[in-house]
Parts: sequence; structure tokens; C-alpha cells
Amino acid sequence: MSTVPLENEKSLLPSAGASTPPGRPALQKRVRQRLTSRTATAAAVVIAVIWTIPTFGLLVSSFRPEDNIKGNGWWNVLTDRQFTIENYVDVLSPGGSQSPNLLSYFVNSLAIVIPGTIFTLVLGAMAAYMFAWGRFKGRDNLFIVVFALQIVPLQMALIPLLQLFTQVLKVGDFQLLPSGTYAQLWVAHTIFGLPLAIFLLHNFISEIPGEVIEAARVDGAGHSTIFWRIIIPLATPALASFGIFQFLWLWNDLLVALVFSGGGADVAPITQRLAELQGSRGGEWQRLTAGAFVSIIIPLAVFFGLQRYFVRGLLAGGLKG
Amino acid sequence: MEDIAEKGLQVVVGLAVFAAVIGLIMVLVDRAPKSGREKVQIAGFLAPALVLLAVGLVFPALQTSYLSLTDRNGEFVGLDNFVWMFTQPEALVTLRNTVIWVVLVPLLATSIGLAYAVFIDRAWGEKALKALVFMPMAISFVGAGVIWRFVYAYKGPEQDQIGLLNQILVWFGREPKQFLLDAPENTLFLIAVMIWIQTGFAMVVLSAAIKGIPTEIVEAARLDGAGPWQQFLNVTIPTIRGSLIVVVTTITIGTLKVFDIVRTMTAGQYETSVVANEMYTQAFRAGEPGRGAALALILFLMVLPVVVYNARLLRKQKEIR
Repeated sequence: MSTVPLENEKSLLPSAGASTPPGRPALQKRVRQRLTSRTATAAAVVIAVIWTIPTFGLLVSSFRPEDNIKGNGWWNVLTDRQFTIENYVDVLSPGGSQSPNLLSYFVNSLAIVIPGTIFTLVLGAMAAYMFAWGRFKGRDNLFIVVFALQIVPLQMALIPLLQLFTQVLKVGDFQLLPSGTYAQLWVAHTIFGLPLAIFLLHNFISEIPGEVIEAARVDGAGHSTIFWRIIIPLATPALASFGIFQFLWLWNDLLVALVFSGGGADVAPITQRLAELQGSRGGEWQRLTAGAFVSIIIPLAVFFGLQRYFVRGLLAGGLKG
Repeated sequence: MEDIAEKGLQVVVGLAVFAAVIGLIMVLVDRAPKSGREKVQIAGFLAPALVLLAVGLVFPALQTSYLSLTDRNGEFVGLDNFVWMFTQPEALVTLRNTVIWVVLVPLLATSIGLAYAVFIDRAWGEKALKALVFMPMAISFVGAGVIWRFVYAYKGPEQDQIGLLNQILVWFGREPKQFLLDAPENTLFLIAVMIWIQTGFAMVVLSAAIKGIPTEIVEAARLDGAGPWQQFLNVTIPTIRGSLIVVVTTITIGTLKVFDIVRTMTAGQYETSVVANEMYTQAFRAGEPGRGAALALILFLMVLPVVVYNARLLRKQKEIR
């Protein structure tokens, strides 16, 4: 109640100012500032709550017994405190073809993401090093071309790339990147990650003081020695920032997985399985809530554990365009 | 367990092959004859990334451009696919939705993110408050899809609601609603998910920009008697303009390519499809690679101006520095 009249007084201030005693405007100003900051705080809290509640509801639900999840809303835990880890046991354990079998897909995600990230980092850093410190004709133009490749949405490459993997890259009947293994996903992810990796790592590597590199060269070190002994150690912060991004991006990917994984439990990542479960068993909330939480636990851990690097990478423009 | 060991072996083999290739390159470039060694070394470092990009991105993108001029049997049909896109009702709905997405998401995510960044600036518990809103950034679109489908979940009026939003409707004496089924407003409920994810990005980048505003400017404005609102309009906004544009363009690009949210929440049914989703549906589900390629090309053409603008801006900022 009391805030409303005070807020209105604000607009009256100029005309009223002349007659007010000297002490009052300062006081009023202080009060007003406190009040606006109080409104601001309230608004911030409202936003924070709206942004958190959906995830919180999912987490709470994933620990509720099946009948409860399907029977009433998760806010009923206030009065009806029944919790179980049954849902997690159910989604993780291997069973028949009907079971979510998420542990298997979880392992697939790790098996796709870890090499996918390492390949991109190493190849990206190698190219970035040459774009920054190699001396050759057309270097800057070539770099601009690579930079410009970020424009190409990966949708543009999917159809031909799949054909390439399955029909062209083979010797006799043997596919160089066999379907039903992780190889196609590793290569596809590496290709799509490279333009941004090269660009960001180049920005960092080119800022390494030239004297360091010159000194090593005078001592007779070749490019490979300089790269592994000097560039990689010095570029660790940039590698970490981009690495986290690439890791999260690959972990959360669905599109590339849908096209290249084949969809079985031997290759497909957890996002793909979760998407399938949503489609085929959209009402099985006890599985979906637990499954969703299993799928976001790694990104959340990475996020909260390495937030500093994450933010740094973001501010360096490390968002996949 | 056996399964996991097998997958682990695949990863180890993959990493070993990669390490062997890289090691071989390093050894070869170091042993190159002295006269041309520099050139060989540069080529050795650049080749892996450039070959992958050429084969996996440039060539496929060109092929997709050609593919967009062919029909499902691979025969040349000229611009038929584009005519289809701009005349058929279902394709037009896709384009309309994409426009709605690309207007609303950047606008709202940036506004809310900016407001939040201002509200919590130097507030008590700022870091924690930031993490709450930023957290969705780490969650996959698929995971976010589950989280929000649960918020939107629908049960008949005579049953207990399990979705929070419908429960709120019921508390206010309204009928529960099929949020994801009723066109055209269902698109808005999908858009809300993207805003939920992107706001954190806007908030973090803009918060860093706000902290970078020189205190003298803020002090000067305050001494001139500018209220908080005037300070915001006349000092904050103009000073962080560059960051604002980067945020808006980055979110715009991400929104144009949005696929997973639509795929997992409605699969593009009930008039909710967008270009990126339709591209997948046509190319990989409906057996119409020509139409899929045409949609991918349209996506490219929509992203292009935004990226070019963004790149130019970045370069300008660098020159100023």
C-alpha cells in the first residue's frame, strides 16, 4: 500500500521542491532509490522462480512413485511425502526392447562426445597455429574462408555427408567409417565444430608473444615441437573454454545423431533415446522425468563445476552460430 | 558390462587411430628435406582440418544447393521445390512460424535477460541468482522439451492436473487447456521454451557489459540528477549497444536453426513446424531430399545477412580497440 503514494510523489517533486525544507529531498531520494531497488529485487526473484520451477518440478517428480506422478501434481509432495528411486532403477537397467535402457545410451553419449571433442580441439588448434604463426601466401584469405564457413548451417551438409559416408568412402564392401559404430558421428561432429574452433583458438594463439616462439625457433625447434611444447600449454585456457562448449554442444545434440547414428542401443546417444521415449511413450512420466534428469546431469555438473570457463568462453563469442 | 567394455574398446581404438595419424604427420613434417621443410610443415598442420572442411562442409553445401533443384527421383526440376515452399499451405505455415519464432525469441529473451541483469547487478547473492537463470543453457533442447511438456501436461477437467500450468488455470477457475495441440497459440508455448533457454545467455553477456561501464559515466549521470530509469535509457543502453546487437544476432541465428524443441515436443504437427524441422522431415522422413535441400538453402539465406552483419560489427569493434 505505502509504495503507491510514494511512487506518485516522484512526478510531483519538481514543483513541490521549492517549498520543501532542505533536509527532505535527500531523504526522499534515498527512500525512492531503496524502493525502486526493492521493486527490482522483487521482479528479479519472480524471474528466478519462473526460470527454476520447471526444472525443480522435474527433479521432484523423478523421485515420486509412478502412481503419484500420473495421479496428481508434483506440488502435492508438500502433503504426501513419498519418494522412491525406483524410476531411476527402471530407466537405467537393461531390460527387454521396451525398457528405456538408458545406461547403454548414456555410455554412447560419453563415447561420442569425448573423442568428438578431442579431435576437434587438436585439429582446430593445429590449423589455428598455422593461421596465426605460419608464413605462407594467401594465409589471411584462407582464414577468412574458414571463418565464413560458420555461416553454413549444418543442415546444408547433412544429406550429402550421409551419402558420402555410406556410399563413397568404402573399399570394396568395407566402409571406411562403418555404420553402426561411433566413427561417423565423431567425424561429422569434428567437421561441424572446426570452423568455430579454428576461429576462436586462432584469436587466442595469435596473442601469444612472438618472442617466445622466435626464441624456440632460434634454438632449432620445428613447428611440431613448438606446437606441442609451447602453444598447447599456453593455450590451455582457450582450449578449456572451447572444449567445454564443444562437449556440451555434442552432448546435447540431436540432429546429427538422428542422421548418423542409426538409432540403436549400440550407437545412439541419450538425447536421441529420450526423444524417442517422448514420442512413443509420451505419458510415461515416471520414465521421462527420471530419464531427462539422467540426460542433463552431466551437462549440469560440467556447468556448475566449470562455470568460470563456461562464461569466459561465452564472452569470447563461443556460442555455436 | 560386456557391452560397456566393447564400447570402451571402440573409443580406445578411435583415439589410438587418431593419435597415430597425428603422430605420423608430426614425424613426417619433422623429417622433411631441409629445403622445403617450412612448406611441408605448414601443409601438414593445415591439411587435416582443411580436407575435412572441404569434403564435409564445402562440397556437401554445394551439392545441397544442386539437390534443391531436383525432385525425389533426382531429376532436375528447376525451381519447383521453391514454388512448393511458397505456395503450399503446409509449407507456408512453416515459414510463418519461423518468422514468429525469429521475431519473438530474440526480442523477449534479450529484454528479460537485460532486465534481470540490471535488477541483480551488485545485488546480494548475485552469483547464485545468475546461475539459476543461466542453468537452462546447459540443458539440452531435448531435456528442456521433457521439462516443458511436463509443465504443459494436460488431464481432463474431472481429473487432478499433473501439469503446473493447467493446475494454475484450474486454481483460477478455468478449464484445463491442451497447450501443445491448439493452433496457432501452441507455437507460442514452444517459443517460451526457447526463451527460457536463451535468456540466460543474454543475461550473462549483458551483465558483463554492464559491469564494464566506466563508473565515472554513471556517477556523472547521477550527479546530473538522472533517476534510475533515465540512467538506464541514457547511459546503460547506449554504452552496451554493441553487446546488445551481438546478443540479438546470436540468438536470432540460434532461433532460425531451432530443430530439437519442435522435433521432440510436437514433431512439427498441429501447425507448429519450422524450417529446420521441416527440412529434416522432408529429407529424412518423407523421402523428399530435394525439398529438404531447398529448405536448407532457405535457412542458409535467412542466416546469411545476420551473420555478415555480426561479423562486420565484430570487426568494427576490434578496430576501435
